[in-house]
Amino acid sequence: MSNGMSLSRRRLLASGAAAGALGLSGIGLPAFAQTGGVNWRKYAGTKIEVNLIKSPRGDTLTKYQKEFEELTGITVVSEQTPEQQQRQKAVIELTSGRPSFDVVHISYHVQKRQFEKGKWLADLTPFIKDPALTDAGFLDDFSEAGVTFARNPEGGIGALPFSVDYWIVYWNKDLFAKKNLSFPKTFDEMVAAAAALTDPPSQTYGFVARGMKNANTPVWTSLLLGYDQYSVDANRNLLTDTPEAIEAAKLYQTLMTKSAPPGVTGFNWAECQSAFLQGRVGMWFDGVGFAPPLEDPEKSRVVGKVGYGLMPKGPKAHAAATTGDGIGVTAASKNKEAAYLYCQWATGKLMGARLLQAGAGVPFRTSVLSDAEVRKGVKMPAAWVDAVVESAKISRLALPVIIPVTEFRDVLGGALTNMISGSDPAAELKRATADFKPILERSEKT
Amino acid sequence: MSILTSSDRVVGAASVGRTKRLRPSYWPFVVPALIVVIGVIVFPWVFTLWMSAMEWRIGEEQRFVGLQNYARLFTDVRFLEAMLHTLVYTALSVLAPLVLGTAAALAFNTKLPARGLLRGIFVMPMMATPVAIALVWTMMFHPQLGVLNYLLSLVGIGPLQWVYHPSTVILSLVLVETWQWTPLVMLIVLGGLAALPTEPYESAQIDGATAWQRFRYLTLPMIKPFLMVAVIIRTIDALKSFDILYTITQGGPGTASETINLYLYSVAFTYYDIGYGSAIAVVFFVLIILLSLILLYLRQRSAWNTGDGQ
Repeated sequence: MSNGMSLSRRRLLASGAAAGALGLSGIGLPAFAQTGGVNWRKYAGTKIEVNLIKSPRGDTLTKYQKEFEELTGITVVSEQTPEQQQRQKAVIELTSGRPSFDVVHISYHVQKRQFEKGKWLADLTPFIKDPALTDAGFLDDFSEAGVTFARNPEGGIGALPFSVDYWIVYWNKDLFAKKNLSFPKTFDEMVAAAAALTDPPSQTYGFVARGMKNANTPVWTSLLLGYDQYSVDANRNLLTDTPEAIEAAKLYQTLMTKSAPPGVTGFNWAECQSAFLQGRVGMWFDGVGFAPPLEDPEKSRVVGKVGYGLMPKGPKAHAAATTGDGIGVTAASKNKEAAYLYCQWATGKLMGARLLQAGAGVPFRTSVLSDAEVRKGVKMPAAWVDAVVESAKISRLALPVIIPVTEFRDVLGGALTNMISGSDPAAELKRATADFKPILERSEKT
Repeated sequence: MSILTSSDRVVGAASVGRTKRLRPSYWPFVVPALIVVIGVIVFPWVFTLWMSAMEWRIGEEQRFVGLQNYARLFTDVRFLEAMLHTLVYTALSVLAPLVLGTAAALAFNTKLPARGLLRGIFVMPMMATPVAIALVWTMMFHPQLGVLNYLLSLVGIGPLQWVYHPSTVILSLVLVETWQWTPLVMLIVLGGLAALPTEPYESAQIDGATAWQRFRYLTLPMIKPFLMVAVIIRTIDALKSFDILYTITQGGPGTASETINLYLYSVAFTYYDIGYGSAIAVVFFVLIILLSLILLYLRQRSAWNTGDGQ
């Protein structure tokens, strides 16, 4: 055992040195401080398969994969697939009972309940409690939203919290200054500022957000959080046609019809980002992870002019809608411990700092966000990190934890798109709620 | 008169005997092809039919529901709308390339300067990858940043919303389809024009027929079989169109451009409702078969009448 431990420490030092030599550490990256008691070499010689979502987060894990292999002696075979296809592949393979992978990258906000109901993920609690595999207090560093995402209804831990996305308001400081406006603090101020910034003849618009069906649903549910309400209650009853839901929908309709660019019904985040990058949009409401191109001089006309604002306060609550990714071990895996070590490495402080500094993602770990040394190496402006830190304090889940999340987004999203075309919000929400209710009930039936 | 020797008789008898022995053993040669056909065509369809009679959601228990999934189709507004979108999109995506492709073929059939080069340039869209095309057109359609609205502004036409508005989305998608597949129709019709006899034209010219009359009463009837081939190919292609639609609009805004293919994909692979998705696939298959039969019948009717009963 002692031999194993000394070997482990040597390996850790070697890998740290290797990381430094490769120039991977950047400024202020934490060392493997959390690995003190963990025997990383315990499963040397094992081979694991990893299924990742193609994204900057997946790219980062793949980029540093060799570090994990040298640290543990575990061979990793990983593949990255675009988000939609990865979800389909994962579900189909997991349903078969014999997935080809040991580790799977999931989107909590879409797949959490589905994975829990299918019992596709191994409960990581025994590994977290094992001192040879995990340091004490490993979970304590994750934000509340992260732990909420990770914990299943039985109290176990499914996928470990990997990357979080808070919804913030990107704002063009130049356009605000020209109109002598300050960043809005409430929903009402946001509507007023959006209207004041809108000037169609000069193709300048006050506000943009997703209008495309499905993609637009989190925009509305985020506004709904400002009315202190989720879209589904704790017993999975729909709250999508309540007076609060209708008010939030009216707000969405007002912003999207009075202050958004023409054609916004077809806008996903990419079109919104393009419009904002051109300097013609006052405010863009979306996830914090879309920020890096805004500060890239090759892609952006608003470099140095972007403000990163916290979601304004609603009539009843101040909330930042939250989505996130997790990384877990499949229940069918024959190499659960080795796979768990990979998950622990992927969600460690060092990886979290790398994600943050590169702008590839935001870790659920609060210690990384508050680490002054890590912040020094972040390429994004300090205001962006501040928006992240402040959003974490008012974080709430953006989407309901149900199985048919995609259908929820499609049905309600269709109603929202119709509202942009002029339909009545109350009637649309009533119809969409009636359409979705049997789907939700059927999904929880068995 | 022939005289058979004894040795001939022996060889002949042996040959007949071998034929008799070998004939029954020919059938194993068919087996590999039969297995492939059953495996990749018959079995998937029988399996799809079986799935369409089940309530089958991935991750849940399956149960037999008979024709319930089919009954659900009649009350599913989204399916009915998708059906309508599919028919409109298909009709326009066949008609527009047919008209433009025929016009292009007539133009390229004349002795234009640099005809070969121009024809090469004209068929280029057909060779491009659909997803790449779709991404380029998506950028071009952008209401604020797209080049199409810029070009319209040069001639004083106000900005359009193209694929970003429910009322213009299908027409805009047909524009992409037309741009890509007009060359195919042009090539088919050009082949037909090259095969036409010259004598009727000489007679018509002597009789004083105008260019329009020559086209209307000679060219058009004679290239009809080729046009029907183009219609069949284009109809099948437009009906199964997925990549361009999915990449540009994903069926949006809302469900304004959602065709059966896109709806089927959503139901089966994002909602994981395999049973209902299979029912949609079966209905779509029947629709394609019906359309194909009608088109094949029309093609037979449009075949050249050679006058010798053939």
